[in-house]
Amino acid sequence: MALKLSELINKTDRLAGGHRLCPGCGASIAVRQILLAVPEGAHVVATGATSCLAVSTAIYPYNSWRISFIHSAFENAGATISGIETAYRALKKQGEISKETYFVVFAGDGGTYDIGFQALSGMLERGHRALYVCYNNEAYMNTGIQRSGATQLGTWTTTSPYGEKSYGKTENRKDLTAIAAAHNVPYVAQASVHNWRDTVLKAKKAFSADGASLINILAPCQRGWRHPMEKTIEIAKLATETGIWPLYEVEEGEWRLTSKVRTRKPIREYLQAQGRFSHLFKPENQDVIDRLQAFVDKQYRQLLLRCGEKPE
Amino acid sequence: MPKTVALVGTDAVAEAMRQINPDVVPAYPITPQTSIVETYSQMIADGLVKSEMINVESEHSAMSAAIGAAASGARVMTATSSQGLALMWEMLYIASGLRLPIVMTNVSRTLSAPVNIHCDHSDSMGARDSGWIQLYSENAQEGYDNILQAIRIAEHPDVQLPVMVMIDGFIISHSIDRLDLIDDDAARKFVGKHKLKNSLLDHENPTTWGAFDGLHGYYFELKRAQAEGMKNAAAVVKQIGEEYGKISGRYYSHFETYRLEDAELALIVLGSAAGTMKAAVDQLRSQGVRAGLLKLRMFRPFPAKELVSALSHVSDVLVFDRSDTIAGEMGGPVFIEARSSFYDEIKRPRFKNFVYGLGGRDLNLDMILKAVASSQTGNLITYLGVRE
Ligand SMILES: Cc1ncc(C[n+]2csc(CCOP(=O)(O)OP(=O)(O)O)c2C)c(N)n1
Ligand code: SF4
Ligand SMILES: [Mg+2]
Repeated sequence: MALKLSELINKTDRLAGGHRLCPGCGASIAVRQILLAVPEGAHVVATGATSCLAVSTAIYPYNSWRISFIHSAFENAGATISGIETAYRALKKQGEISKETYFVVFAGDGGTYDIGFQALSGMLERGHRALYVCYNNEAYMNTGIQRSGATQLGTWTTTSPYGEKSYGKTENRKDLTAIAAAHNVPYVAQASVHNWRDTVLKAKKAFSADGASLINILAPCQRGWRHPMEKTIEIAKLATETGIWPLYEVEEGEWRLTSKVRTRKPIREYLQAQGRFSHLFKPENQDVIDRLQAFVDKQYRQLLLRCGEKPE
Repeated sequence: MPKTVALVGTDAVAEAMRQINPDVVPAYPITPQTSIVETYSQMIADGLVKSEMINVESEHSAMSAAIGAAASGARVMTATSSQGLALMWEMLYIASGLRLPIVMTNVSRTLSAPVNIHCDHSDSMGARDSGWIQLYSENAQEGYDNILQAIRIAEHPDVQLPVMVMIDGFIISHSIDRLDLIDDDAARKFVGKHKLKNSLLDHENPTTWGAFDGLHGYYFELKRAQAEGMKNAAAVVKQIGEEYGKISGRYYSHFETYRLEDAELALIVLGSAAGTMKAAVDQLRSQGVRAGLLKLRMFRPFPAKELVSALSHVSDVLVFDRSDTIAGEMGGPVFIEARSSFYDEIKRPRFKNFVYGLGGRDLNLDMILKAVASSQTGNLITYLGVRE
């Protein structure tokens, strides 16, 4: 599928400016890229899980959404969209509605990897025609930067602080994208805000899938990652270049790398750019960087294998 | 044609649901509610209804999906019990806060621990401040009738609140009862068509639901409006009860009284125990005790004023609670609310509380008679039938 910038440039921005997300926040970039994949004029219903995004885009009586949007709680986005999509089918069957409508979830990593995991799994298993987007900033940002199941080993957060006896988070992140793929849904992908073309193409595929789909999109948070706000895209790009966040898709069970990295950069380059990892550069924490590098290498090797690529 | 049938309570509920034919039914099984979900699934499989069922992976998701579907303009019904209702807790408040007219049957069962599957009202009583209208049923007939009326009450423009209909676990849910069904057309005409004002699916008018209230928002005003909806529900419950009476011959109000007009001693109860209570009243009358019964149907909103006027002439009120507040020397929830309804009255009857039937412990005629006999001298709060 080809995609021209000129094709996107005149489309209505479905998330209006003036929302209260921080400058440089990856979340709004992710949302805009995903919604650019919806045909102009089509109706969209989105569900937001409690998160920075939900509380910053609709502050009563103001509202940034140029689509229908519902936020009800933190852990139930998968279930909420299931109810909406089912209502659509029920009313359509009865001839009450006919308009082409797209269903999408926007949930953070906390609302996806952790507390909303069960509702997500249920939605995928039941196969509702909806795209679940996890905008992943690798921690609970809305409540002040606490660790989540998406937080990488060694990361500083307010609940995995570093100190005399701690080097930050002691566990590796879980592989949510692969877990979603294991539900055998038609489309699952990993994306990043630095590659708009890749994201929009993936969202197009996801929206046209006959069933449930998921896109896990890396969306840096300058507040929690401790980087200058203008570096969001650069850091997201480094995540892909180092292989800590590879871009790939799983279409009808076929795994495919969508952005090939010829020579992966060492993760140090990515870590160095962010304050949340600064403590890892102290001499006593060198082994943590090595362990994280080893984890990334292992995951990457596995991914290449799944994608039928030659090993590095 | 209306017909007389013999059904277990859960099937009576499923029959009402079949006649209502809701658009979406998200549900999760739990004893003793399970057979509602099973029977309804079979009705869908047999093509008797057009409903879409969502076999969600938990009750929290059942209520979440119900909220999503209801905000999309669908008529939504579900059912649960006990732990299931407890798991829905967070979403109960969101359903009512978003003013969504969801109708749910709660087959009353106690809450763990210890795990126990039998009837008491701990589950629904814990949800009494969640902004849901609550209707309790004495038998399968009332369960069926209440569900049909609940649709109209919930969707009424002056109300717009979810309704919970209680039938007692096993006692009603699993016992075969004789009941009269109104015919399908009459039921369909009675519930009418549902039209939501601001549906998520209205592409011409996209809407936002559940926006963040910010720091200086409108939370208080919205809650105030919700309280008004609940207040309005009192009149609407009465009006719908009248209307339903006209098509079924069975009229409903906030409560039912039995031999109360000239009573000196009043018993208050809700749910299936009312049958035994009526027998107790008859027995007491035959012994020369001027007893009467007030069977509460509507617990939310609480009909305080009418309760006071219905009981203004009695000298003693014995409140039977099938749950405890576990709040020290406070008694059960019905006791607390009935008693405080009288606070501003100059003439107040003496109140006594009997907490009974927890975890399905039986309440028989003899126990009620003994309770009445002891009430002149006994404690303010008595646990009836407990082994101590
Ligand atoms: C049941 C429940 N538990 C906890 C919270 C508090 N809470 C709100 S948002 C949030 C974290 C959100 O993190 P994430 O999903 O990663 O989104 P982010 O804000 O990072 O974008 C938490 C813990 C809540 N609202 N509800
Ligand atoms: S704290 Fe982070 S995720 Fe939240 S709005 Fe700011 S940049 Fe975005
Ligand atoms: Mg997050």
